[in-house]
Amino acid sequence: MMLSIKSVAKNFGGVKAVNKCSFDIEENKITALIGPNGAGKTTLFNIISGLIGIDKGTIKLQNENITNLQPHKIANLGISRTFQLTKVFRNMSIKDNMLLAKHTSEEEIKKILDSVYLHKPLDTFASELSYGQQRLLEIARALLMPHSLLMLDEPTAGVNPKIRQELKLILKNLKKEGKTVLLIEHDMDFVMSVSDTIVVLNQGRVLKIGNPKQVVKDKKVLEAYLGK
Amino acid sequence: MYIILVVSLNLSMGFTGLINLGHLAFWGVGAYTSALLTLNGVPWYFAMLAAGIVAAFFGFILALPTSKIKGDYLAIVSLGLVFIMDSVVRNWTSLTRGALGLPGIPRITSSSINFLVFSFILAAVVYFFAYKLVSSKHGKIMQAVRDDETAAKVLGKNTQLYKIMSLVISTFMAGIAGSLFAHYITFIDPTIFSPDILIIVLSMLIVGGLASLNGAVFGAIIVLALSELPRIIIVVPALIGPIRDMTFALLVLIVLIYKPRGLFGKVDL
Repeated sequence: MMLSIKSVAKNFGGVKAVNKCSFDIEENKITALIGPNGAGKTTLFNIISGLIGIDKGTIKLQNENITNLQPHKIANLGISRTFQLTKVFRNMSIKDNMLLAKHTSEEEIKKILDSVYLHKPLDTFASELSYGQQRLLEIARALLMPHSLLMLDEPTAGVNPKIRQELKLILKNLKKEGKTVLLIEHDMDFVMSVSDTIVVLNQGRVLKIGNPKQVVKDKKVLEAYLGK
Repeated sequence: MYIILVVSLNLSMGFTGLINLGHLAFWGVGAYTSALLTLNGVPWYFAMLAAGIVAAFFGFILALPTSKIKGDYLAIVSLGLVFIMDSVVRNWTSLTRGALGLPGIPRITSSSINFLVFSFILAAVVYFFAYKLVSSKHGKIMQAVRDDETAAKVLGKNTQLYKIMSLVISTFMAGIAGSLFAHYITFIDPTIFSPDILIIVLSMLIVGGLASLNGAVFGAIIVLALSELPRIIIVVPALIGPIRDMTFALLVLIVLIYKPRGLFGKVDL
């Protein structure tokens, strides 16, 4: 098992953002985390990557307890991630952004950038890129960082249809390569086409775990999304 | 002295994004440390090194509780340190002679020209060290902390450590600058913690621009040259001070309007 989440709970004052959440992420699979707005998806991402501490529960990465470890320690143990609102180092070049993930050759950097369809000179400043291109740079940076689990938070949010298609191809390639990915996404076509397993969250709880076909037919899931 | 002060402030503020308005406190600590030691017979070079170390120690003390805060909050906390130092120096009369100050601080060179050459060499050493640091892998991490601390954390960087490191190095340099000042002026008193000097140094930083070492150097030179200009061209002594202040204000305003990042700045203020 790549990641094991057991009875994780996080309250913000009186709000139960994550409520006794438990599920596992299998190796070499793409797992999608879906749910309506406010379901606790991004909070759970932040918990896994150590940006938010938890009140109860345990999180294990390849059987190693990472509960409430500092974010940089969790990252160095093999979790790489992107954010819902792109976080690139705007005042730095593409190359410097990439080198912060891993000190490596220009050749490897170019190879990764090519794999995410970002064809820009390495000395281009991140602030000069469009939002979609910044998104691709962030994904490339996360891919370059040595990792065993890649977490992508709404990669298609705010990008144009062309980049959306490219992102779909990137995910399919990652699937072919046998990478382990945890993905938050609202675009259901995208989720259905790339995911092996879907975890549905609602009001901080796990509502359903299954493959895309099982999830899409589930009444509780439909109710959570569309209402009764 | 001002070049060292602005370069060091740029390390923490421009390259790491730590709005440290208490830089003057470390400069003052350096000045007092060096003055007290040399007045008690310690050779100036040991005193100067000690000035840097003591200032860096205070920088470390400030960095520990404040490494989790950024922006305006750090600005307020660090500015508070200036007032604390001012109060300590004024009231610890057995050590600092309070408001009477410390006269007779030994000069470190026999002539002003030699002192200028020495200061220039010291500024060049500080510049070179800062250049090497910001161009290094560690310097890039400092800049990543400035641009987006959360993103730096999830890339496996211990951002707290880098914030502490940046403050300690920059306050060490400020301490050295303070020592240089004390041995140049040969008399210091608590007025060295006056906000006037802070405003001058911040003006230099704004004019030169954040995250640029060349900006720090040129900012210091331009502002210093402009501050000396009224002394040369104005005949009425009473007008020199006010006109100098107006010149600062005008220069900063012009730069902020026409070059918001400063003359050489690489990031927004």
